[in-house]
Amino acid sequence: MSIFSNRIEATSLKMSDSTTIKEAMSDSVDTNEDAPGATSGAGGTDDAAMNRIEVSDLDIYYGDFLAVEDVNMTIQERSITALIGPSGCGKSTFLRSINRMHEVIDGAYVEGDVVINGTNIYGSGIDPVAVRRKIGMVFQRPNPFPTMSIYDNVIAGHKLNSKRIKKAEADDLVEKSLRGANLWEEVKDRLDKPGSGLSGGQQQRLCIARAIATSPNVLLMDEPCSALDPISTLAIEELMLELKDDFTIVIVTHNMQQAARVSERTGFFSIAGTGKPGKLIEMDATAKIFSNPDRQETQDYVTGRFG
Amino acid sequence: MTLLDEQRSIAPSEELDDLTTRNLSGWPMRWIAVGSMSLAALSWIPTGSVNWARWIIVSMALYLAGVAVISQLVESRRQATDRIVQALMTISFVIVLAPLVSVIWTVVERGSNRFDWNFFSTTMRGIIGEGGGGYHAIVGTLVITGLTAAFSIPFGLFTAIYLVEYSNGSRFSKMVTALIDVMTGIPSIVAGLFAYALFVWLDGPGHTSGLAGAVALTLLMTPVVVRTSEEMLRLVPNELREASYALGVPKWKTITKVVLPTAIAGILTGIVLAVARVIGETAPLLVTVGITADVNWNPLEGRMATLPVFSYNSYKFPTLPAEASQDRAWAAALTLVVIVGLLFTIARVLSWVLKPKGFK
Amino acid sequence: MTTTDTSPPSSSTNADDAPLNAPIGKAGDRIFFGLSFGAAALILVTLAGVAAFLFAQGREGVTADPANFDGDQSFLEYVGPFLFGTIYISCVALLLATPVAIAVALFVSHYAPKRLRRTLGYFIDLLAAIPSVVYGLWGILVLAPLLARSVMPWLRDNLGFLPFFGSDLAVSTSGRSTLTVGVVLAVMVLPIITAVAREVFLQTPRLHEEASLALGATKWEMIRQAVLPYGRSGVISGAMLGLGRALGETMAVAIILSPSFGYFWDVLTNSNSNSIASNIALQFPEAAGLGVDRLIATGLVLFVITFGVNVVARRVANAGFSGADG
Repeated sequence: MSIFSNRIEATSLKMSDSTTIKEAMSDSVDTNEDAPGATSGAGGTDDAAMNRIEVSDLDIYYGDFLAVEDVNMTIQERSITALIGPSGCGKSTFLRSINRMHEVIDGAYVEGDVVINGTNIYGSGIDPVAVRRKIGMVFQRPNPFPTMSIYDNVIAGHKLNSKRIKKAEADDLVEKSLRGANLWEEVKDRLDKPGSGLSGGQQQRLCIARAIATSPNVLLMDEPCSALDPISTLAIEELMLELKDDFTIVIVTHNMQQAARVSERTGFFSIAGTGKPGKLIEMDATAKIFSNPDRQETQDYVTGRFG
Repeated sequence: MTLLDEQRSIAPSEELDDLTTRNLSGWPMRWIAVGSMSLAALSWIPTGSVNWARWIIVSMALYLAGVAVISQLVESRRQATDRIVQALMTISFVIVLAPLVSVIWTVVERGSNRFDWNFFSTTMRGIIGEGGGGYHAIVGTLVITGLTAAFSIPFGLFTAIYLVEYSNGSRFSKMVTALIDVMTGIPSIVAGLFAYALFVWLDGPGHTSGLAGAVALTLLMTPVVVRTSEEMLRLVPNELREASYALGVPKWKTITKVVLPTAIAGILTGIVLAVARVIGETAPLLVTVGITADVNWNPLEGRMATLPVFSYNSYKFPTLPAEASQDRAWAAALTLVVIVGLLFTIARVLSWVLKPKGFK
Repeated sequence: MTTTDTSPPSSSTNADDAPLNAPIGKAGDRIFFGLSFGAAALILVTLAGVAAFLFAQGREGVTADPANFDGDQSFLEYVGPFLFGTIYISCVALLLATPVAIAVALFVSHYAPKRLRRTLGYFIDLLAAIPSVVYGLWGILVLAPLLARSVMPWLRDNLGFLPFFGSDLAVSTSGRSTLTVGVVLAVMVLPIITAVAREVFLQTPRLHEEASLALGATKWEMIRQAVLPYGRSGVISGAMLGLGRALGETMAVAIILSPSFGYFWDVLTNSNSNSIASNIALQFPEAAGLGVDRLIATGLVLFVITFGVNVVARRVANAGFSGADG
């Protein structure tokens, strides 16, 4: 997992040069075998299994109500996967089940498995709080902590968990995370100002920086641009394309054009009717979903017949 | 002209037709006011002395009458009614301000007779006439109020935290909310009686102590703290909690490091105002703490003097000459008012200083 | 691990090194929840305790043989006049306070310049902050003589045919009458009613107000049509909250009122029915044994009444806000 810190380093050094990033990646891949805390079962050398998410037979319940039914999917590592579908079809619920955030609501639970890096995060004895530390999440509306400065917001993941971190290391981490989020140049002179003083797009990038500062395996984004103006949206999409080289990104979006722009694979969720559970209708390469999908329902949605 | 002025000038059809009817707004109204106040000065003639209260009352009466009559003549009946009501509203506000001004003025004027260093540094020990002071009362008030705050702040804050962060509309939390409502309605003397009964059970009849007083005041202060804290905690957007959970922060740390700091301005303000309310309570202290002439630092036993009870007692059971006692009573009252005023100011400053910049 | 110059700062602090099944913050969560739940549970316990203790201690006072007390009074005979006094004084206060409170609330919400709204509200809240002892002193030393000189004789002379203003007893020269107490309590209770009324008036839907104005109504007509009906339940609820406060007020009454034991309707004299709270305050320091128990029993009666008033106030408030118009 420390590999990601390397990758952030590489990314920040040579931002727009994707070749160099790939080289940096392959460098770090070689050192992967020596990394401590290598995930169980995945084997340090098998790059393909790193941060792959495998979902099998997942049912998500809120109390007695079945919200999402029988999801089976594989999310590839170091890619962007988009989840689309009409409102209320369970895509956000599904997204939140990946980092067990849905359990914040009383009475919510799942049946089925979600395996990340070979570990079933719903296995017995697994602590949801620990799971969340390894997965980053960005929300629909930017939510930097208002009582903290920009600096403190970025390392909030460490500070709130009372993890000791030396000042020099913290400074480094803040810079790298902000560079990784394409925000460094804009805020480097006012790191001690409150996070809420930024514009909407900047705040969202701050939240992204905060999420990646904990070096997560996976980055989940729940309609991250829906509260932003088009220019900021574009900036975030560009950022996503850079980040995907280091993180596995899953994004829920209402905006089909956005899904088409950024993702490699797309999953289409839908719902039979109100009160019925949401289901994953089809999941495939983005190009295919948007041009000639297998299912009629998918075709209807992407051509705008409903939704 | 405001929309309202335009509306007023559109009178009912049968009375005046065109849109620019004669109108009393603005200068004519002011002339009526000035006229009333000048004529009211005539009310000084019977007694030959300048009596401000009479002047104000006569001015208001003349203004009301003048508006009613003149408006009826110049404008319409409906306008006249409207103007009379407007005049009445303003007069009501003046009526309300009058006692406020009078009370503050009286307290300052009479309290300043003994508002001196001597008052603050001496007790009533051995005093049977002039002199003496309220040092022991100030000590008592500080000790008891301190204890009360120490009890009710954690009590109230944690209850509010439970209601906002942990409850989920269960019957238990509904009951707690209903009981908080009941608590806000407890008469202060009843709170005192309860504390008395409790300590009699623990310690025997005739018990007096600062601690019992603090228990009574806690009963009065806690529901206020719960209410304001609950409101402030609910104002914290849920997204902040979610952001914290998503970073893998456990719930209790989310509450202490994210939610509470965000709400702290409002919570502290509420606490300061609750203290201000409780610091002037007399009745519960009368029945639990009594009064003494000497300083007592020990809240666990014995009577203590407190500012409100000291003020009441000095008035009710004066030494000779009575003026000396009354002066002391007013000085204590002035001290109370000053403390309450200070607390209010602190509350405002706190809320301005602590608010997270750029938040809301 | 990794090469030194790219050694990432977060490697040593990376939570990923921790196994997923190590519970994080569980102890803290448990303790914190315990504290919060405990506090809430303590509220229940406390209130149960209040009822229990008052009942236990007061029961003796109710059931004891009347022969133990002066005049061989049973509990009902004893508490009756004080119950009457409590309610009577509060009614006087409410009658004086409510119309003025509504007028002031309307003034602040609809007539005063918008910029002044907060300052004006601040002044009114200042009234509520003054301790009751101060009101008591002011009442007896400033207001009472004033009323005794001016208003009270006038009332006796002109309205003395009413039982409230006329009786065989002389008009008080010191002013320590129910009327004075009523005025002081009205001043104390007014901020409460105004606060609630002001909130409600400010919440009148702009839609209704504009509909009225568009029909050519004057401001007062608009208020009568749109604001007052909408705010009716809120005002009633505020008045009841004020009533609850007046019922429990102790010191102002204890200081100002010149009490007598019995049922007195004339508000202008020196013989007045005292309130329960004031009676307790006056008698408690000297009382002992059964006397104390009897006083506590009267306190319980007061508690029951104020509780009832508060419950009704909340009911009215909730019923009014449940969306039903006017």
